[in-house]
Amino acid sequence: MVKFAVVVFPGTNCDFETERAIRKAGAEAERVWYKTSLKDFDGVVLPGGFSYADYLRAGAIAARQEIIEEVKEFARDGKPVLGICNGFQVLTEAGLLPGALRPNKVPRFICRWVHLRVADTETPFTQFYEPGEVIRMPIAHAEGNYYADDPSKVRIAFQYSDEEGNITEEANPNGSLLNIAAIANENGNVLGTMPHPERASDRFLGSEDGLKLFRSMVEWARK
Amino acid sequence: MKWKVKVIVRLKEGLNDPEGRVIGNALKNLGFSVENLRVPKYFEFELESERPEEEVEEMCRKLLANPLIHEWEYSIEPVS
Repeated sequence: MVKFAVVVFPGTNCDFETERAIRKAGAEAERVWYKTSLKDFDGVVLPGGFSYADYLRAGAIAARQEIIEEVKEFARDGKPVLGICNGFQVLTEAGLLPGALRPNKVPRFICRWVHLRVADTETPFTQFYEPGEVIRMPIAHAEGNYYADDPSKVRIAFQYSDEEGNITEEANPNGSLLNIAAIANENGNVLGTMPHPERASDRFLGSEDGLKLFRSMVEWARK
Repeated sequence: MKWKVKVIVRLKEGLNDPEGRVIGNALKNLGFSVENLRVPKYFEFELESERPEEEVEEMCRKLLANPLIHEWEYSIEPVS
């Protein structure tokens, strides 16, 4: 069975939920402290939370820890690397994904459900979604305002939309460029998402739309 | 040799600074005619180094700033 590492930094707080969602999607998952090695794993997930209390910039200090060198190797080797919320911030700070996540346009913490339109179903993380499918997931962040110098080079996975899938300014909760909510690297094996798929991985949570992301990832890692 | 270093990191010109906007608006509401308020980050520290300029530049590039969205300036003085 494929096995995913869920990396825990000081201040990470979505590790248990993420571990559970990966297991539900059919793989083994283990929470690993950031000082541990990642060998013996088939993929790595950087979960949400507030690593190093978001001091300096969200994700900046976690991105400079030794374990990130191993995460970079995973990315280079084409293995799945998923960053959720704070994990997404870590991946951009580490240079594994392009762009940066700035403080929200209205500078406060936002925690609510959003609609997303699936923009790219060719990545290992989105292969089980339908092109243009509208899904629901929660966001919970203060720094999710995505920016890139050249957005034409960014591989967009999810965009904030309204219920019908229209990409409108009103549907953009944080001021992200082009309503970007999740992006992948050029090869598709590294994905960063501000919305939390693990918080939408069970019907009793209000949506199972996020579980498909984990199922896609697990299925892909199996091959 | 020991140096006293002061670094200022700010969002690049043209990039929206939400915190600055809110504080600027609050000052406006108090009757001050403030415009384009920005909130940079300020760091000060002592540094033991034979090549302080190079090292401070490297610190900014590697951690203190995100070169994609920030610019920085610094001053370096010997600690007497």
